[in-house]
Amino acid sequence: MKSNDWAIEVIGLKKSYKNVEVLRGVNFTVQKGSTFALLGSNGAGKTTMIKILATLLQPDSGSAKINGDDVTKQPEHIRKEISLTGQSVTADYILTGRENLRMMAKLRHLPDPDKQAEELLRRFDLLDAADRRISTYSGGMCRRLDLAMSLLGNPSVIFLDEPTTGLDPQARIAMWDMIKDLARSGVTVFLTTQYLEEADHLADQIAILHEGHIVATGSPAELKNRLPRGHIELRFDNESTLNQARELFKEFNATADSNNLTLSVITDGSTRQMLRLLTKAAEADIEIAEFAQKLPTLEDVFLAIVTSKKEGSK
Amino acid sequence: MKLIHFLGDTAVMSGRVIRHSTRSIDTIITVIAMPIMVMLLFVYIFGGAMNTGDVSYINYILPGILLFCIASGVAYSSLRINNDLTKGVFERFHSMPIAKASILGGHVVASLVFNVVSLLAIFLVAFGMGFRPQADVLGWVLAIVILLLSILAFTWIAVTFGLLAKSYEGAGVFSYILLLLLFVSSAFAPTDSMPAVIRVFAEYQPMTPLIESIRSLLLGGSADKTTLAAVLWCLAILGIFCASAMRVYKRRMK
Repeated sequence: MKSNDWAIEVIGLKKSYKNVEVLRGVNFTVQKGSTFALLGSNGAGKTTMIKILATLLQPDSGSAKINGDDVTKQPEHIRKEISLTGQSVTADYILTGRENLRMMAKLRHLPDPDKQAEELLRRFDLLDAADRRISTYSGGMCRRLDLAMSLLGNPSVIFLDEPTTGLDPQARIAMWDMIKDLARSGVTVFLTTQYLEEADHLADQIAILHEGHIVATGSPAELKNRLPRGHIELRFDNESTLNQARELFKEFNATADSNNLTLSVITDGSTRQMLRLLTKAAEADIEIAEFAQKLPTLEDVFLAIVTSKKEGSK
Repeated sequence: MKLIHFLGDTAVMSGRVIRHSTRSIDTIITVIAMPIMVMLLFVYIFGGAMNTGDVSYINYILPGILLFCIASGVAYSSLRINNDLTKGVFERFHSMPIAKASILGGHVVASLVFNVVSLLAIFLVAFGMGFRPQADVLGWVLAIVILLLSILAFTWIAVTFGLLAKSYEGAGVFSYILLLLLFVSSAFAPTDSMPAVIRVFAEYQPMTPLIESIRSLLLGGSADKTTLAAVLWCLAILGIFCASAMRVYKRRMK
């Protein structure tokens, strides 16, 4: 693929704060028009990465390009092409939704700020609340307005720093739908998230950032193939049953938690294995109070990838 | 083209901050109503007991009240700048094609405009309470120049502290120091009644030349050493705090 097909191209990027190396040589590329998720836990360096790409921070070494322009050499040019929506809502609480949008339109030097504001209010279903102060908006409405503000001037690359952190489940799903709409309109979306589920749901490509390195990249399906299938959690009514079960499921790598009377059993996720497990319990006359399948969390993913890397290097 | 962008952006930015002030009842009460209350209190309650010689007490304390108003007004600049910094508003602006200088510039222009309006309100009430200036045109011009320079100097102190403060609560604390300096000056009572140590301090700190020059100019005096001292103090504060605000800004935006 030619380099001008990349919306974002990051090569050997390093950044330290004082003595802390936050980014230790990050490489990745984002195809134009795609949605890319940078997945990582708190403090992994996601925000630092997004700040460098949005021309707020200078990298120590390596290069980062947006649509072929270098972030350190052509920041002015890049700023016309991008928008950044940070972790907290930056709309002005004391102004109305319409005023916020008009102000942003003016700051982007767009013709007819009133019309621009009106169009976005309609598109984001905020017309009814347009002339109310943001302080009366719900969390989801604020995020919607924030997103609307970032679309003024039709940026080609949109950065969203943890777009759903702190939202309730309903607002999160609404936000996901809006991000998917954006992606369909042809812009490149770069988002950071702590949730595997979110990256899986939204992104064409995922990169996992861990301790300053990209430890894995790929489509959601590719990444999931590299993951453990998760485990099954069984809860019992009393400790003696728990101990009985632990003996019985030794071969499954069972670990007991006697405080919660639960037993974690690692499986390959197949129904055949689950059936064997339950049959075994029934044959031994062990009563299972609760049965739950646990999907892999971000921590599991890190652990799986980091351990497999270590094993590979041995 | 660059200059037009800068002016346009600064106009939008300052418009934003001025709206913050005019829509906040809290700001209007603290910045306009409070100094007026203090003026009423001092003139009608303590005024009778004050010995200010031939000068009527309202004529005597008006400059102090004007500075009181500026010192409380700039605290809001500090709070708003701190809020913009910690909430990521500055970062968002930095990612946009905006003239960088307009970001803090907007706050400074807004502070200037809001303080000028507040001072006009106080002048108006003072006239109603019997304030009678005897300044000629030159006197008025000089007094207004010193007031404007004071607003700018105090505003840049506010900008620096707003950028330095770790939290919103801490951002306005410096204004208490300004108010304290104001009380330990000749703002509300002549310094000759103060104990020696305090009197020396009062005479050599910047509030005293500011107040005395404005007072003397408004009451028909001509420009003298005190006027020069006031202007120099303002320029020195302006220089120091402009430079430190820029340095802190660059550091905090990293």
